[in-house]
Amino acid sequence: MDFDALISGLDRHTLDGITRGSIYALVALGYTMVYGVMKLINFAHSEVFMVGTWAVLGVYTVLGVGAGESLGIVIAATLLALVGAMVASAGTALAVERIAYRPLRKKGAPPLIFLITGIGCSMVLVELFGQVFEVFFGPPFGRVTVNIPSVLETKELFTIPGIDLTITNTRVIIIVGAVLMMLALDTFVNKSRLGRGVRAVAQDPDTASLMGVNQNRVIMLVFVLGGAMAGVAALLYTIQYDITKFDIGFIIGLKAFTAAVLGGIGNLRGALVGGLLLGIAEVYASTIWSSEWANVTAFVVLVVVLMFRPTGLLGESLGKARA
Amino acid sequence: MSQIFDTIRGFSIRDRIAQAPNWARKVGMLLVIAFAFYLPFLNILPFAYVRTDLTSRGSDWASVLFLVVVYMIVAVGLNVVIGFAGLLDLGYVGFYALGAYSIALFGSPSSPVVEALQNRFGLSETWAVPFAMCIPIAIAMSLIAGVILGAPTLRLRGDYLAIVTLGFGEIIRITARNLDNVTNGATGITNVPTPPGPETDGRAFFNTVDAERWYWLALTILIIIIWLAFRLEHSRVGRAWLAIREDEDAAAIMGVAAFKFKLWAFAIGASVGGLAGLLFGSKQQYVEPNAFMVNLSFLFVAMVVIGGSGNIYGVLLGAFLLTYLPERFREFQEWRPFAFGVALVVVMILRPQGLVPSRRRAREFEDRKVEAEEAAADV
Amino acid sequence: MSDQTMQGGTASVPGAQVAPDTSDHDALSIHAGPQGETLLEIDHVTLRFGGVVALNDVDFSIKRGEILGLIGPNGAGKTTCFNVMTGVYTPTSGEVRFNGKVISGTKPHKINQLGIARTFQNIRLFPEMSALENVLVGCDARHKTSVLGVLFRAYRVRPTEDQLPDNGFKRAFAKVFGMSRHVLEERGGRIRAMELLKFVGIADRAHELSRNLPYGYQRRLEIARALATEPELLCLDEPAAGFNPAEKEDLMDLIRRIRDLGHTVLVIEHDMKLVLGVTDRIIVLEFGQKIAEGTPDEVARNPKVIAAYLGEPDDAA
Repeated sequence: MDFDALISGLDRHTLDGITRGSIYALVALGYTMVYGVMKLINFAHSEVFMVGTWAVLGVYTVLGVGAGESLGIVIAATLLALVGAMVASAGTALAVERIAYRPLRKKGAPPLIFLITGIGCSMVLVELFGQVFEVFFGPPFGRVTVNIPSVLETKELFTIPGIDLTITNTRVIIIVGAVLMMLALDTFVNKSRLGRGVRAVAQDPDTASLMGVNQNRVIMLVFVLGGAMAGVAALLYTIQYDITKFDIGFIIGLKAFTAAVLGGIGNLRGALVGGLLLGIAEVYASTIWSSEWANVTAFVVLVVVLMFRPTGLLGESLGKARA
Repeated sequence: MSQIFDTIRGFSIRDRIAQAPNWARKVGMLLVIAFAFYLPFLNILPFAYVRTDLTSRGSDWASVLFLVVVYMIVAVGLNVVIGFAGLLDLGYVGFYALGAYSIALFGSPSSPVVEALQNRFGLSETWAVPFAMCIPIAIAMSLIAGVILGAPTLRLRGDYLAIVTLGFGEIIRITARNLDNVTNGATGITNVPTPPGPETDGRAFFNTVDAERWYWLALTILIIIIWLAFRLEHSRVGRAWLAIREDEDAAAIMGVAAFKFKLWAFAIGASVGGLAGLLFGSKQQYVEPNAFMVNLSFLFVAMVVIGGSGNIYGVLLGAFLLTYLPERFREFQEWRPFAFGVALVVVMILRPQGLVPSRRRAREFEDRKVEAEEAAADV
Repeated sequence: MSDQTMQGGTASVPGAQVAPDTSDHDALSIHAGPQGETLLEIDHVTLRFGGVVALNDVDFSIKRGEILGLIGPNGAGKTTCFNVMTGVYTPTSGEVRFNGKVISGTKPHKINQLGIARTFQNIRLFPEMSALENVLVGCDARHKTSVLGVLFRAYRVRPTEDQLPDNGFKRAFAKVFGMSRHVLEERGGRIRAMELLKFVGIADRAHELSRNLPYGYQRRLEIARALATEPELLCLDEPAAGFNPAEKEDLMDLIRRIRDLGHTVLVIEHDMKLVLGVTDRIIVLEFGQKIAEGTPDEVARNPKVIAAYLGEPDDAA
């Protein structure tokens, strides 16, 4: 146990935590929205994120960009990667919905069956990148960690005087990007006509369909939006860590789910709060003990939250909450 | 696809067995058991094609049988949790690991725990907790873990429970990997003890070569566990679980202590998982954290739900298929997780009640389907 | 009403007219305490949901051995009252005492073990269990075998002469080593459950799944299941809903016979004829408040009650 390390670097660790937490929060949005509308944990959402990171790699490879490009190319490549990741993730999410969930919805299967097909989809997606694509296309697919070119290189922007905290461009992009995307989503769900449909189905699916809301379309929309957010998270993740792997989704997915529950599953703003808190808690814990225990922190937080406040910090409900 | 299954069900072997006279059923059961014990020596063509050691790259037939039976024990235990009590446990590998680690930590003379005990009490370097003592320790450890995990979480909604148990399975593995001074971390623990027995040819009775002895041991335990599981199913306990699954509030008002029975299901499942883990660890004579990855939990759940949760014969079939097929067709071993994933999705969509469902479960699904269709027609 | 029509069974299913019950039901009687003593007290109970007052200072008591009616227009708080008594809700203020012991706030299954059982207005059987199994779940409430007892059957008891097995060898074994309490309970439970099914008049379809039973059978099965828990106080929530007059007659007879077994009965009912015919005393609720209490004659003449019921002509039967 090393509390001194935590105290002496408190500002730095907090910033680390916020960076991680922003990514969790974006992924958590997918869990939260699907749960809000369908009362279902989309187990395959972690793989939606994973596909996004591969899409980033794909875009960079197609463009042939690497480290040290000029500013214009960096911006263009990053934006293209963003679009690519969002499209790939949203497409994956939509495919999961169509293949694994819709047939079960028609049959009125109990929730646990949805969870099991979700697990099945998750395994299929993982194995596509870890095994199937390797057989057909060879590297970079396979069961190894893959480096992604750091097109957007980390640069020190400025140092906050007094507390000696260095701010880098990637951190700014990650945190600002995540918050912007969440604001956009929040506005969309609250202000737009489609968003109203989402909230209506979340509150009362039967009445909503009687009022002419197409439930299937709302569910598809929710999967697409959640997937797109996971795509954004995937890009931000690759900017920060420069890697991907066939099974990175699992652990990030679990943490994002924890974040969603922590903030109150079904509550969009809860996802942000939960993500940030979990990210910070994790970094603190890994400083005090060791980084290996960071994962355990997430689970302990999850169990404790579910025991003492199962509706999360901000309360659940996509329908009722303002967001 | 599902029509084919329904047609097969039309012939209903089950009805015929049910109608057969009592003595015939008993004789049949004994024959099946005798055949199961004979399996390692099955060498008559064409039946011998089921063996997994036909090519030089194949795996040892008796060892495969042992693994199949260990996973069958797991499936029967997990079926108590998923099939009987209706609780989705995605961290079952945690209990399996606890069982394996219990025997390794207390039974192996080279485990840090035993070494600490040796030093503390001045015992010889070859001393360790005897095998017979390790069994209650392993069962107690996993049972206690089950109760500790279940007590706060069983009041949660089903899908929350699934995620929490998933986390639990990971915590056990991460802990085992990082507690270097207790579990030797990623290095693992060697010299895990084997059951006592007469020495033959200078080797212990339960050794690494004669795997069929391990198979017979596991098979005996499996038969006892199946027998106990049937006792549970056809008793007040099984009725209570069914009542809870159908209408928890009404059950409570009829005096069923719902929480208590759910916790029992969890604890029973946990201890069976621990026992299976103990067998596995003892046969391997080596325990390391990477043997207990989360995928194993998914495999266990897949065995139960693909086989037919709630039906003991169904889950036995599920365990057999998902363990035996990958070993028989080892050249495709790398494809195993992919095939599981596909199988899970396909089976659950076409036949959510599993291949050999419990009759009650099958009807529950049929009802829900009709309700869903009616609801769709209303709109 | 809609779920009655959905059951598909009409009230006048053949066989629902019950053959007079001739078997001896002495075995079903329970050991009740002294008759006429206060069994259950609802002591100034108030229950609020947010701003809504579901029960407002309701105060009455039930005496052992009586048949008490609880009536009132729709939404008067009758079922809520049941829910407070059986532990589904905890009162906002006031308390419920059973045999002098405070039970408000106790868990439903504990309350059942203390001796209160109920049926449901909208039938809530275990649909995938047979009628017999449904009753067995009720019997299990009085069984003592634990999970370990079921698994290992180590707890032996000395069987009585008629519990001994017929087979000579098994008989000798049982005489020496006793018999597993679990086995005896299971067997005894089955016998008792069958007796109860006979008692309510549906034994002819004991092995059918409860979801396939006709509506009238399901209502009776609920009563049998509740009786199986050997309650001192049996609460019936609209037991006659959907019954035709002949069936109602049968039901009134059944309620009296239940009382004769030693149970105290509390009935919620809309049908005034049935309530006035079978009960000893009646409590009238309206808008969550008690507006009258007395014998059937007194209540029937009470102007407040007449006003309440005339105001809601639907409910005046």
